[in-house]
Amino acid sequence: MARLNINGQNRDVQVAADTPLLWVIREQLGLTGTKYGCGVAQCGACSVHLNGEVVRSCSMRVGDVRPTDRIVTIEGLSPNSSHPVQRAWAALDVPQCGFCQSGQIMAAAALLRKTPRPTDKDIDEAMTNICRCGTYQRIRAAVHQAAGNGNSGTSGRANRKS
Amino acid sequence: MTKIHDTTRDISRRNFIVGSAAVAGGGLALGLDLPLASAQQAQNAGNEVGIWVVVKPNNDCVIRIARSEMGQGTLTGLAQLVAEELECDWRRVSTEGLTPGQNLARKRAWGDMATGGSRGIRGSQDYVRRGGAVARTMLLQAAANEWKVPVEELTVSNGTITHAKTKRQTNYGRVAAAAAKLTPPDPKSVKLKDPKDWKVAGKPMKRLDTADKLNGSKVYAIDIKLPGMLNAAIKDSPVYGGKLKSIDDSKAATMPGVRKIVRVGDSGVAVVAETWWQAKTALDALTIVWDEGANGKVSSATIAQHLETGLTATETNGERREGDALAAIAGAAKKIEATYSTPFLSHACMEVMNATVRLTADKAECWTPTQNLEASLAALSSASGLPLTQCEVYRHDLGGGFGRRGGTQDYVRKAVLVAKEFPGVPVKTIWSREEDQTYDFFRPISMCKFSAGLDEKGNLVGLHVRVSGQSINAWLNPAAMAGGRDMRQLQGYWAEPGDAQLGYAVPNLLIEYAMRNTHVPVGPWRGVNTNQNGYYMECFIEELARAAGKDSLEFRRAMMAKYPKHLAVLNAAAERGDWGKPLPQGVHRGIAQFMGYGSYSAATAEVSVDAQGKVKVHRMVLALNCGHAVNPDQIAAQVEGSVAYGLSAVLYGECPVENGRMTSLNFDTYQIVRLAEMPKVETVIVPTGDFWGGVGEPTICVVAPAVINAIQAAIGKPVRSLPLKNVKLV
Ligand code: FES
Ligand code: FES
Repeated sequence: MARLNINGQNRDVQVAADTPLLWVIREQLGLTGTKYGCGVAQCGACSVHLNGEVVRSCSMRVGDVRPTDRIVTIEGLSPNSSHPVQRAWAALDVPQCGFCQSGQIMAAAALLRKTPRPTDKDIDEAMTNICRCGTYQRIRAAVHQAAGNGNSGTSGRANRKS
Repeated sequence: MTKIHDTTRDISRRNFIVGSAAVAGGGLALGLDLPLASAQQAQNAGNEVGIWVVVKPNNDCVIRIARSEMGQGTLTGLAQLVAEELECDWRRVSTEGLTPGQNLARKRAWGDMATGGSRGIRGSQDYVRRGGAVARTMLLQAAANEWKVPVEELTVSNGTITHAKTKRQTNYGRVAAAAAKLTPPDPKSVKLKDPKDWKVAGKPMKRLDTADKLNGSKVYAIDIKLPGMLNAAIKDSPVYGGKLKSIDDSKAATMPGVRKIVRVGDSGVAVVAETWWQAKTALDALTIVWDEGANGKVSSATIAQHLETGLTATETNGERREGDALAAIAGAAKKIEATYSTPFLSHACMEVMNATVRLTADKAECWTPTQNLEASLAALSSASGLPLTQCEVYRHDLGGGFGRRGGTQDYVRKAVLVAKEFPGVPVKTIWSREEDQTYDFFRPISMCKFSAGLDEKGNLVGLHVRVSGQSINAWLNPAAMAGGRDMRQLQGYWAEPGDAQLGYAVPNLLIEYAMRNTHVPVGPWRGVNTNQNGYYMECFIEELARAAGKDSLEFRRAMMAKYPKHLAVLNAAAERGDWGKPLPQGVHRGIAQFMGYGSYSAATAEVSVDAQGKVKVHRMVLALNCGHAVNPDQIAAQVEGSVAYGLSAVLYGECPVENGRMTSLNFDTYQIVRLAEMPKVETVIVPTGDFWGGVGEPTICVVAPAVINAIQAAIGKPVRSLPLKNVKLV
């Protein structure tokens, strides 16, 4: 039995204390926007916010989460997808398959909260989630856009002649 | 008329399914069982005008999609092509995915649902455009009938129909009910627009499927929730061909939530539990003894020895021969030899393999990510023993495909075997990442031995290429190998134009394939054999250019006069990639061109190698002629994605074999390129408008050779085996 504060609500769950937070979020709480990708803290698909910091929920035991810890998942990031990161992601058509994008968005939101105007180097260091579709170029551009960095970042758009 | 399902805008079929499951707690009306909609429902749902378009009373248009969407953007591109001919209001377009049961019930009216080989758009563009034109014709005819005017006097724009003479206007929504009752014209009889006149197709439209990827609401197959659903974790013999000898489940059977321990065929075991985490925990608690058989002795080293025999043998499983290469090389002024190799690679789709199956006495249902809904339906039917007409596979967009989820429906078959133990209960089987990586259909391992002769002027006079390695067809499609011949492994080296033609004229050319199969399953991997063959050929050509003392671009150009499309793309990459222009200190440039999937690709790469031998790729420029560019922004996205996928293979990708089993089982050992390593990618689209080529796969084959050729420029020597993490560069 554990009490969790998730997206602003207290929820009691019946679950073994060593269950990874990821699977509690997905299976007991039914919030499937947070994804399983590797289970070993490598890919970041399971990223959520714990007291405002991004954490990889696959590698955190639910028993180690206190009832007072505030967990935010992609579903709770904003009403109506209105977070600047979500709006920038939409504007640049960042997602391909989309499977990694909850985690990418949560990582980017956490970065911008700490570093509102990140440099490329800040982005390199903070955005370590795997995207198998390879949307990295647009992720970089969208983080800059969400930060209001203007055109300082690498363009995510095609340099095309057609 | 039977309506496929409720097509309320922004509510996809899957949300509808999940929503009704969650709210109503059962009583699902799905797929073929869906009763004929009442007249009222049909009215709300809209009217089917032709087979590809549903028009709603409010003038919204729903475009039907038969192919799978796995991130590659085909859904949006296909909708653009239909909308272009339909002349509807693009802002009012949404899509609905068809199921294979629906396709079967209508005698496959929507054609092939397979999504592979970069055929999603090029393979369906003609009939979906005709579908849009048929719907437009019917809608205009309905308006003409209502106004009693000749249809030729009507014009249409953005779904608004105008009769100028009488200054009357209506829209598609208002005439759709009447249009739906007309007999559709023969699709072959409608005239398609000249692509020069396109307004929606050919433009960088925003994707139609982004919104629910931003807030966690998109339901992938792995996310499905059904009433009473159980979850299964599964494991197969870590050695391919191995068998289950015995299982000690005394501990696992009593663990929380566990319902049953199920043998899956003669080589697998699954634990079915209330939650997946319980199932996985119990699976790990099983003590399993495997009968590994002889394959348990196979290793990367024994496989390498096996492949090496193919390099020196003389028999072939397919060849291309022009002139007398061996004699020309023997008599040449300068001889160059080299042997290249590439490893097995797994797909590592972000969404691991999974399938949810519910079996009753007279119905088999499956929810799964698949690149081939009809192949999934066939697997569901054969594994469940129910006829196709009593099976249905519900469509979910895939969390990545890359070739893993096409013809090989192993995951559906195994999930059916698990669900058989629980009649009437939906069981979701999820492969852990480690199991997903253990049981893939890997990019085939191969080696390639070159020998070449240059004359005194440095011209290539003879080239002998011998590829030795595993055959995809031998594993997946032996019927395609008449007389043991398998030209597929020579993809990109073909003489025939139009698909994967080699873009060089060599007076004496001998290209051979020696099949050397292993026990490891192989299959198509984004770009398939153009990956290995492009790397081999283009890096060896680089070696030849250097041996001849010539510029890499000029050396290639001299052999390409007969291949103007290949040449034009190479020139575009060179020009936009600043070939020949100065670079910052320590940065070097490489170039490559190759062809696959009916499209022409070329790339330049700017790379530095530091004193420790660490490689940094700074910038890549990729040029692509895919004939018609349906959505330039999504083409750019596919090119960017191909660079990331290709670069992971160059830098890190390998799946070694030890004691018969794969050893790279998660992202800690199977490393993937991350954002910090992503070069700046510039996409140069140079469509010539006279053919339809693929997009998702063609450019990946030039990524490795462009990068490796830049490394050769940096360190002065070739890199003949991948990945780079195993190569000491300095
Ligand atoms: S699933 Fe948690 S980091 Fe990959
Ligand atoms: S968008 Fe597919 S894995 Fe990132």
